[in-house]
Amino acid sequence: MKPRHRRIALIVAGVAGLALATTLVLQAFQQNLVFFFTPSQVAANEAPQGRAFRVGGMVEKGSVKRQPDGVTVQFNVTDTAKTIQVAYKGVLPDLFREGKGVVTQGRLENGRFVASEVLAKHDENYMPPEAADAVKKAQATNQKAVNTVVNK
Amino acid sequence: MSSATPQTASGGINWFKYSSPQTFFPLAGTLAPWFAAIAAVLFVAGLYIGFFVAPTDAQQGESYRIIFIHVPAAWMSMLIYLAMAFWAGMGLAFNTRLSGMMATALAPTGALFTFIALWTGALWGKPTWGTWWVWDARLTSELLLLFLYFGFMALQAAMDDPRRADKAGAVLALVGVINIPIIYFSVKWWNTLHQGASVSLKSAPTMAATMFTGMIVMVFACWAYAIAAALWRVRCIILERERRSEWVADYLETQK
Amino acid sequence: MNWGSAGEFFAMGGKGLYVWGSYAVTFLCIAIELASLNLRRRAAGKKP
Repeated sequence: MKPRHRRIALIVAGVAGLALATTLVLQAFQQNLVFFFTPSQVAANEAPQGRAFRVGGMVEKGSVKRQPDGVTVQFNVTDTAKTIQVAYKGVLPDLFREGKGVVTQGRLENGRFVASEVLAKHDENYMPPEAADAVKKAQATNQKAVNTVVNK
Repeated sequence: MSSATPQTASGGINWFKYSSPQTFFPLAGTLAPWFAAIAAVLFVAGLYIGFFVAPTDAQQGESYRIIFIHVPAAWMSMLIYLAMAFWAGMGLAFNTRLSGMMATALAPTGALFTFIALWTGALWGKPTWGTWWVWDARLTSELLLLFLYFGFMALQAAMDDPRRADKAGAVLALVGVINIPIIYFSVKWWNTLHQGASVSLKSAPTMAATMFTGMIVMVFACWAYAIAAALWRVRCIILERERRSEWVADYLETQK
Repeated sequence: MNWGSAGEFFAMGGKGLYVWGSYAVTFLCIAIELASLNLRRRAAGKKP
């Protein structure tokens, strides 16, 4: 083996070893890399008990309610399978919308999630308002068609 | 057979000719201003499209316009690291002087783009997500990339012998390559606050056409700029490292 | 054309500080890099 080839072999082996090590470390820390839990995971008791964690999902349509005190907001976070009720006191981000993504930090209290922070999680779609309207209309039409078929 | 010249070996051009600092120095000097000019033109065109042609975003309003610098900078931060690790690995494997110099020349520009990606990301996160920073997998691994660049530069600066500095830096650069797929796929592998990719090789971009055009023009602007900056820097490094050689003395004489 | 007036352009729908803060720092960084390259080139060109 020429010295040059040996060097190349060593580099390849080194990088491969590191890749393996990183993979193993990531596997081991998978739990800690989770930025948020979905409502389904919370329902399955996969979320940490007794300490603060984050719940992420979609704000359920029509679920946002302001409490009479004017500062507390209540809404449901859903991943379409399970839903969790969230109460939050404070300012909501601009992009907090019904039907859009949200990540909220807090702890479970009697089955209700009391949030200390609410962050909006937007999607990766960028389009002008007119296009967004068109998409919405098309979806509504499709929904109507589905309803017609289902209801006969 | 002995009459075969190296020129015929690789399709007419002997690329190894340019692996010597002495021959690469003038080539870099000729190319750099051209790349800088292309970068300037593309920056103006890209910003024009980004601000005057691309429409407002339905979800985010005007704050989405940060995308025209954020995404190109983030892509460059990863791409420059790959280029840097490539040259560092070439230097380690073939022991060529110029490879190490190329790696060293790329590092500060890579760090610059990483910083820009993080900075613009923070300024974008505040009005959209509601926070400057979160420790999710995407943001954390991009921050790690900045530290890898800093580590590479610090390690090289700490060593007096440039050849040893190249070797040590190369090992660090190659180790850090692991971080690049982690950054790129973090939004797929884990739950992150950061949204998924709008542009990928597999599917059509999930952006309006003019928005996408503006972004791609800015990507090429950043490419051209990074190449120009790296070529200018490698010229400095060549002069600094070869200062005792005759050709540098002759060259500096002509500059008087 | 997206903007009715220069004021609208600079306001960026109320998000001017974030948008212009991003671009200002980007081009400041580029200017600093180019200036430092120029200085380094001059220093390297001096006789030892």
